[in-house]
Amino acid sequence: MSTPTTTASSATGAPRRGVLRRLLVHPLGGVSMIVLAVIVVVGVIAPWIAPHDPTETSLSMIFAEPGGEYLLGGDSAGRDIWSRLLIATAFSLAGGLLVMAVASLVGVTAGLIAGYYGGFVDAVGAWFTALTMSLPSIIVLIAARAVIGPSMWWTMAIFGIFISPVYYRVVYNSVRAVRGELYVDAARTSGLGDGRIIGRHVLLAVRAPVILLMSGVIAAGIGMQAGFDFLGLGDPTIPTWGQMLNEGFYNITRSATLVLWPALALGLTTVALTLLGTALRDELEGTSERRRSRKAPAWSLDEDVPAVVDHGGEDASEPLLAVRDLAVAYQAGDGYATVVKGGRLTVRRGETHGLIGESGSGKTQTAFSVLGLLPKGGKVMAGSIVFDGQELTGLSDAQMNRLRGTRIAYVPQEPMSNLDPSFTVGHQLTEPLVKAAGLSRKEAKERALALLARVGIPDPERAFGSYPHQLSGGMAQRVLIAGAVASHPDLLIADEPTTALDVTVQAEVLDLLRDLQEELGMAILIVTHNFGVVADICDRVSVMQKGVMVETGATADVFDDPRHPYTRALFEAIPKGAPRAPLAGVTSAGLLGTGALK
Amino acid sequence: MTDSLLTVDGLQVEYPGRGFRAQPFRAVKGVSFDIRPGETVGLVGESGSGKTTIGRAILGLAPVSAGTVTFNGEDISHPTKQRRRELTRDIQVVYQDPYSSLNPSLTIGDSLTEPMIVRKTPKREAQARVRELLDMVRLPSDAADRMPREFSGGQRQRVAIARALALDPTLIICDEPVSALDLSTQARVLELFLEIQERTGVAYLFISHDLAVVREMSHRVAVLLHGELVEWGDGDTVTSQPEHPYTQRLLLASPVPDPVAQEQRRADRLRLKQLHADQDLQAGAA
Amino acid sequence: MLSFVGKRLATGVGLIVTLAVLTFFFLQLGNSDTAQRIAGQQAGPEAVAVVEERLGLDRPAIVQFLDWAGSALTGDLGRSWFSGQEVTEAVTTRMSVTVTLAVGSVLLTAVIGITLGALAATRRGWLDRAVQILAVIGQAIPGFLLAMALVLVFAIELDWFPATGYTRFSESPSEWLLSIALPVIALTLGSIGGVAQQVRGAMIDAFERDYVRTLRSRGLPRRSVVYQHVLRNAAGPALTVLGLQFVILLGGAVIVEQLFSIPGLGPLALSSTSQGDIPVVMGIVVVTGVIVVVVNTLVDVIQAWVNPKVRVS
Repeated sequence: MSTPTTTASSATGAPRRGVLRRLLVHPLGGVSMIVLAVIVVVGVIAPWIAPHDPTETSLSMIFAEPGGEYLLGGDSAGRDIWSRLLIATAFSLAGGLLVMAVASLVGVTAGLIAGYYGGFVDAVGAWFTALTMSLPSIIVLIAARAVIGPSMWWTMAIFGIFISPVYYRVVYNSVRAVRGELYVDAARTSGLGDGRIIGRHVLLAVRAPVILLMSGVIAAGIGMQAGFDFLGLGDPTIPTWGQMLNEGFYNITRSATLVLWPALALGLTTVALTLLGTALRDELEGTSERRRSRKAPAWSLDEDVPAVVDHGGEDASEPLLAVRDLAVAYQAGDGYATVVKGGRLTVRRGETHGLIGESGSGKTQTAFSVLGLLPKGGKVMAGSIVFDGQELTGLSDAQMNRLRGTRIAYVPQEPMSNLDPSFTVGHQLTEPLVKAAGLSRKEAKERALALLARVGIPDPERAFGSYPHQLSGGMAQRVLIAGAVASHPDLLIADEPTTALDVTVQAEVLDLLRDLQEELGMAILIVTHNFGVVADICDRVSVMQKGVMVETGATADVFDDPRHPYTRALFEAIPKGAPRAPLAGVTSAGLLGTGALK
Repeated sequence: MTDSLLTVDGLQVEYPGRGFRAQPFRAVKGVSFDIRPGETVGLVGESGSGKTTIGRAILGLAPVSAGTVTFNGEDISHPTKQRRRELTRDIQVVYQDPYSSLNPSLTIGDSLTEPMIVRKTPKREAQARVRELLDMVRLPSDAADRMPREFSGGQRQRVAIARALALDPTLIICDEPVSALDLSTQARVLELFLEIQERTGVAYLFISHDLAVVREMSHRVAVLLHGELVEWGDGDTVTSQPEHPYTQRLLLASPVPDPVAQEQRRADRLRLKQLHADQDLQAGAA
Repeated sequence: MLSFVGKRLATGVGLIVTLAVLTFFFLQLGNSDTAQRIAGQQAGPEAVAVVEERLGLDRPAIVQFLDWAGSALTGDLGRSWFSGQEVTEAVTTRMSVTVTLAVGSVLLTAVIGITLGALAATRRGWLDRAVQILAVIGQAIPGFLLAMALVLVFAIELDWFPATGYTRFSESPSEWLLSIALPVIALTLGSIGGVAQQVRGAMIDAFERDYVRTLRSRGLPRRSVVYQHVLRNAAGPALTVLGLQFVILLGGAVIVEQLFSIPGLGPLALSSTSQGDIPVVMGIVVVTGVIVVVVNTLVDVIQAWVNPKVRVS
């Protein structure tokens, strides 16, 4: 297994190129970058290309028609709209940048300190965040203006401080997350001091979210500035889009174009900034949906599936479940990642069948295919699944629903995440009994209580009214087993049912499954990676490797005489249970006094 | 015991309780054991047994509220920040999760040179050492320039082992180092651990929930239950003829990969369970 | 549960006190020539001193604050320095108009946003794209720009709604509805997308949860799992967003009121700050703070009620 796992990632992700280049080819990112580039260039060179002084008034040019001396006409004071628009661009961008600079400086610094050290800064940060969220920022800016007067720069700086919690929270959360990562612990045990750890690991993790926020915060700053100036609170000596909008709006009856130009400039800038942020997020977080052709690409099995080593020894009766030549694939980019290619499986009535394999062997995918519940994007591409004489592939969801829960049931791996945290155990047990099996509420409750008692839950009434978070892992798994066997299924599919449990609990859960099987006469398909579990509970076993079934037979036969090289390799890898020889140079006297400490 | 490399004596770890006037949570309740140079001591227990916390306490990552940890004759339960950093030369760690233990944005080489930065090892020397380490854990030397995502779980775990070895420590805390790995990978990584021990004479504190793995790796074994040490002694004895009822239960609960032997073990387990239940009943009646 | 509400309220009170203290002393910074302005530019030092004494401005700031806080506790926020009007009355009358706008927009946003978000998450396809585009536009374009566009089109060009002004509900309910329709729509348009986007994300997230598969494995139809389990689990994040939207809408209302000449908090805030009318500014800040705290506490309580982990234990 020393091949790097690049195969999986290269199948799903696009090749990594520079973020900038990827942004340019991103449909929204490219356009918004070009628009922004033009706006920035205009802003920077505005003072040199503006044909007139933007504050210069001229009586003769009041509401002048466009196209004359004033390119876009004159406003109510006879100022050149074009020049004002150009200069306003510079001020708007500068204002937005100032907001971003102040907000990120304050927010990132505080977030880093609070996230890494906690304590006082953490408390102050949380408090300040709550404070800023309890007042609309415009109210604060209006109040601030009473003190500082109409200063654009101060207003923008205060707004920056006010929205710095946006940065603070993002940085704080990512620092907290990084602090929990083992590689930070490892750095500490490597002897790195706090400063080095922040520099090497923490800043690296904070970088992306901080960059992502940039364009949004600039847009917010520009929008706020425009709003503030629109209210007439801005500095009258600085031409801004907000002022021009205000001017235009109150003279709307005279000329609609007065509003049009600043509105266009403002809208274009903020939309471009926001789109850039979205595109950047797509690219940095890899959520970009690559343009796919409308039609799903063609799928084909590109390799021969080797024959399975079959130990035989099955009786000739009609199998309960027969999976033949199953192929399961996930669409990835322009092709498919085929996770199961030679799925073969025969489960007879009342038998316990182990499906064993390592991660990526496709064992769980095979089980999900039988249930008709493959994760999003997964599809059965070929083969057949016959359950009790009925072909399951190609059944509609409604048809599958009639089988699921009543005839085929499922016990998951992770007990906690498989119970809905918002509903009581009782609700989750009775809901399917009422809705799918058609019992009355009262019957359903009685059945559920009996089941909870049956699976060994000490106080069924109490468990019935509990929420999942009030149960232990072992109890939760019992609840899930109770739910699965509620309607006496013919086939129980258990996906690593004991992997998440402690060894002692695992033994009890296996006992429970064994007892239930004897009682109900159901077949169990148990997906596992543990040969001990197979030896304990399975009549027959099938071994899967990289999506292909390689060996199948009675448990005793396969364990006695594994024939496929892979099966043999697996058996060899099992810890033999040979103890270590005592440490050289230590006399046995050194071991005296040990033994059970009572 | 003067020949011990590390001695843990009456170790107690307490985490402050959450909320106002909450009881502190005691994760480790007075645990004692020792590790000799070049020895592997296995620490077995189920979830909540405190086995990981003990490892973290030795590394100085968990608060020691009572008891001592003595390393080479020096009490290291509450060292100064400076001393703690120096100690990292001698005590290293390999974690369970090979995915979270390497920074995804640093190359393997960067991760491996990390311990050498602090020691101000010259760049050329550090690079040579990285090659040497990669060779020691059987990874190709070009691995240094690659990113963690290009490697499988088993390979990442090899990198983590290499990083732990970088400063030639005398003790490595192995916290469930193979639990996240597939069976065949697990066997190879375990082999690597043994091989390195033979070559370098490093001692291991091998923390695991898997009795079979611990048995194969450890000279001596300690069994933990709810933060307390219930059994401690020679590895073979503890893992094949345990005396404490809990260790007995633990041993019989882990299924053996042999249908016939497992049937026997299951019968033994049920008999033991019945026996314990009867004893409890008698104790209750008395 | 009760102690939970108590704790939330205590935090809220703490916030309001901080808010009041910070605002008051911050406003002191720009308060040097207020008395002069009240007395008039020509007034001599003696006249100014009279004004200062009448308003209590000659006392130390801390005394002024304690005096203000004492009467604020009894519900008396003082009088305007300029008009002499009672601040409590002025702020609450105008606040009711602003809150009407904000609440109307939040409700409209909630209904439309949640529906759109849920549909986008379950149907995907073009609807999904539309919601995402709406979200970007709502986030990007400042609310007052949208409001302006609405006025231009629906009030001035089409003349369906009054362009400006406000009719009291008690005067004429139908005209009241017409007068707030455009402002509410303008505010709502900006926030629907964001809420829909959040609901969509929360639902897609809930869809991928393990328990959804397990419930489906028991024969429950997809619809029933979506409407009970997925929606319920997405409700928490949706509520949080709506709570945040309320604060944003309250701020948006200030600008929109000015634009539509609606006698809400906005115009009062503008006039009082330009004059430096500290009692009125303080009143506006504190009353806004109280309303936001109440709304946030309400959101937290509903949140706890939805999430059993908080409710039980």
